[in-house]
Amino acid sequence: MEILLIIVSAIFVNNIVLAQFLGVCPFMGVSNKLSTATGMSGAVCFVITLATVVTYLINKYFLVPLGLTFLQTIAFILVIAALVQMVEIVLKKISPSLYQALGIFLPLITTNCAVLGVAINVVTKEFTFGNAAHMLNLGEAAVYALATSLGYGLAMILFAGMREQLSRNNVPEAFKGLPIAFITVGIMALAFLGFSGIV
Amino acid sequence: MSKFGLVTKGLLKENPTFVLVLGMCPTLATTTSALNGLEMGLATMFVLILSNIVISLIAPVVPDKVHIPVYIVVIATFVTLLQLLMQAYTPDVYETLGLFIPLIVVNCIVLGRAEAFASKNSVGDSALDGIGIGIGFTVTLTVIGIVREILGSGSVFGWKFIEGDGMLAFVMAPGAFLVLGYLMVLFNKLAKR
Repeated sequence: MEILLIIVSAIFVNNIVLAQFLGVCPFMGVSNKLSTATGMSGAVCFVITLATVVTYLINKYFLVPLGLTFLQTIAFILVIAALVQMVEIVLKKISPSLYQALGIFLPLITTNCAVLGVAINVVTKEFTFGNAAHMLNLGEAAVYALATSLGYGLAMILFAGMREQLSRNNVPEAFKGLPIAFITVGIMALAFLGFSGIV
Repeated sequence: MSKFGLVTKGLLKENPTFVLVLGMCPTLATTTSALNGLEMGLATMFVLILSNIVISLIAPVVPDKVHIPVYIVVIATFVTLLQLLMQAYTPDVYETLGLFIPLIVVNCIVLGRAEAFASKNSVGDSALDGIGIGIGFTVTLTVIGIVREILGSGSVFGWKFIEGDGMLAFVMAPGAFLVLGYLMVLFNKLAKR
């Protein structure tokens, strides 16, 4: 039951882009076309889940016992950068077709604040799902990361669909490009606000 | 570019938010009030200036292949420094800005300036560039904060001039996107003149 609450809350109620403002730059950058948005969503899903699990373990079994938690920021960003590089190499070797699909997005992900944001959130924040507030355990952290990144994908794919429609319409000069995109996201965020009573 | 130009370019010509469209996450997330926007801008400026100085010093000796990881470590070091300083001296501010202080590491403005400016220019110019872009970012965040605070809570810098609550949506997520979108329109309109 609690797992279900985590999933619904991470995808809809606290959507990572529309409610937490993480990963807005790539969200704006690659949502011009539905196909690139889908590719990016896949890559982000993969990296966020993997990075959260790895940084969670590093924090628990390395930084906390040694009293080095103040190095979290540096340690996490290095781990994420190394991980992204490794995923790229491994993917190229074992699944060239997947690499073809996700490849160009992978280097961009290192500087996607959604990855670092989720990793830091999971180890520093207490979450409330149903019962009392508590720190997530490894399993919950993995589910939370996966659900959050699915929420990212959902928002991005929905938005890419809208943006494709938008590009065919006649928009006033000053609104062209990003301004109208931001306003559209604002209206979308307003719609997502409707979920806020669920969990 | 003249020294004066370096310091003022962040306001209009190379405004990090409206022209370069970088660092959107803190821009949207921390501008719930004018004061929060100002604080976030100053925090980013601190990291920007110091990392620009150090990177312009070490750039000639850093091998090309590993320059991005090296820059990220330099930036992360200053962010950690900032985190510790803020926890010690301004714990309230640290609490309000929360996650977005460590996330300065992945703010594309900082890495962007390191890559595009500090690695190719002298220490003095890089410091001025950090100050200039920092000022641009701080002013923009404060302006967005002011607009959202007026609409959302009917106050400016905590000084309340309208009784009651205001339009709560502008303090929450949707308002951030809407205000940024419309301010961008306004900026485009005025810049075209």
